[in-house]
Amino acid sequence: MELLELYVFVLAAFVGYMVISRVPPLLHTPLMAATNAISGISLVGSLIAAGSARNSVATILGFVAVVCATSNIIGGFLITDRMLRMFKSGSSGKGAAAVEKSGTH
Amino acid sequence: MRDTLISGSYLIASVLFILGLRSLTRPDKARRGMQQAAVGMLFAVAGTLLNHTIVDYRWIAAGLVLGVIIGYPMGMWVPMTAMPQRIALSLTFSALAAALVGVAEFYTEITAGGIPTHFKMGALGFEVMLGMITVGGTLVAAGKLQEWITSKPVTYKGQNFVNAAFFLGIISLLVYTVIDPTQQWAFYTMVGASFLFGIMLVIPIGGADMPVVVALLNSYSGLASCATGFALGNVILIISGSLDGASGFILSVLMSKAMNRSFTNVLFGAFGGETAAISGKSSAGLTVRSIGAEDAAIQLAYAQLVIVIPGYGMAVAQAQHAVRELAEMIEKRGGEVKFAVHPVAGRMPGHMNVLLAEANVPYDKLYDMDEVNGEFDRADVALVIGANDVVNPAARNDTTSPIYGMPILNADHAKSVIVLKRGMSAGFAGIENELFYDKRTSMLFGDAKSSLTALIGEIKNV
Repeated sequence: MELLELYVFVLAAFVGYMVISRVPPLLHTPLMAATNAISGISLVGSLIAAGSARNSVATILGFVAVVCATSNIIGGFLITDRMLRMFKSGSSGKGAAAVEKSGTH
Repeated sequence: MRDTLISGSYLIASVLFILGLRSLTRPDKARRGMQQAAVGMLFAVAGTLLNHTIVDYRWIAAGLVLGVIIGYPMGMWVPMTAMPQRIALSLTFSALAAALVGVAEFYTEITAGGIPTHFKMGALGFEVMLGMITVGGTLVAAGKLQEWITSKPVTYKGQNFVNAAFFLGIISLLVYTVIDPTQQWAFYTMVGASFLFGIMLVIPIGGADMPVVVALLNSYSGLASCATGFALGNVILIISGSLDGASGFILSVLMSKAMNRSFTNVLFGAFGGETAAISGKSSAGLTVRSIGAEDAAIQLAYAQLVIVIPGYGMAVAQAQHAVRELAEMIEKRGGEVKFAVHPVAGRMPGHMNVLLAEANVPYDKLYDMDEVNGEFDRADVALVIGANDVVNPAARNDTTSPIYGMPILNADHAKSVIVLKRGMSAGFAGIENELFYDKRTSMLFGDAKSSLTALIGEIKNV
């Protein structure tokens, strides 16, 4: 099992490297926001700690971790979307800007 | 059956995360891709809630609700200019979550009388160590970016030695806890020491180097997630953690390269501190040509190609909307405007691009350094707004300069250069910029935003 995990780690790091090295500098800030949102996956571990009712220390630490991770997920995906919505190409720029003004909020 | 459902949800989540990150290679596809990644997250969370070890949902529900209440304003209300500190702070959160889970896991095993295996203890140790270093480091980084703490490097004699000794101490504690997990004091000392070490690591680093630091801490927090995955035997944590780690790693390498400095130099060099004193050429005997908004406006109005070089000064003055307006005026008169973005302009990777996109500058007018550098030769005006070191020719030809070798934007190749600047203070690196003394350069002094407003007014009259 432990060897399998190492396997997954190495392959995932490899895939991550291949995919992310192709992200253009234009989108580097959204990339950081996006990886922040994805790092909220630590919620998975936090949920187990907070809900397993093993002892009160673990429950409380887990609870704080759930709060941190959830706020990262919500905040991270929202801000990534907010940023990406702002990137418009020249050809469709005006139309998209008009749509935004007319109230997608 | 339940386990299959959980594994299935993790598999879907992993695929959607990778596709989401891949979509970021194209600005027109990125939004959809990241929305799919958010759906992936929902799958992962739903799958986890099925886990049979979870028996009590009260704390979970409370935590989720509180997290949403904190997360929503962090996503929707934080202004784009505050992005660097916002990113740093969310790294604090993710690293803290990982570290707390590690501590909870350790406490549970020990109080239940069990002794974790060496493998698990190693994973827990790494998780907590990297997590707490990131928490300390990102808190200082966020404080510096928000200017609650001085953004200047804080250095003292023998600092690198103290830090190295401290780090060795942490590693020894880590090894000790792996060998004998029952020594709880060692584990908890390591938790506190790692936090302190994170603070000590970032305190000596200056504001302009924050892009590298934040990216590097991003990769630490990713690795902390990975370690959590190893400790809990959870594959989705390992996958997401390594994606996160890879992203942080790539960005920090790119940023260091764009400054022509090594990792170690950024982390231990305390740039802008002592180095500034021995900077290359002095400005003695050189004169600067100051220009009024009226004359500058005439140059811009009749230019065929204007290349705008935004820097941190533009962000500070909140001048991005005025820049866009000026660009539109020039275009209306038949000129062409391009934006040249240096990789380390601003306080985080891609900072300028986001600010200009927010001001409705279409992204096909934003050019990377390599794309645009050849074009300066045919540019009539290079308009430098609050940028300094990234256009300093000393990087090319002055071997004594601290920024020698850093790739720069070829603003000095343009037929004329207009620099918008508050005053003649040196750039962050504390180095004189000979571009400002060039005979083709004119300086328009004042706050970037008011200068741009003046320019816009004058162009209308041309």
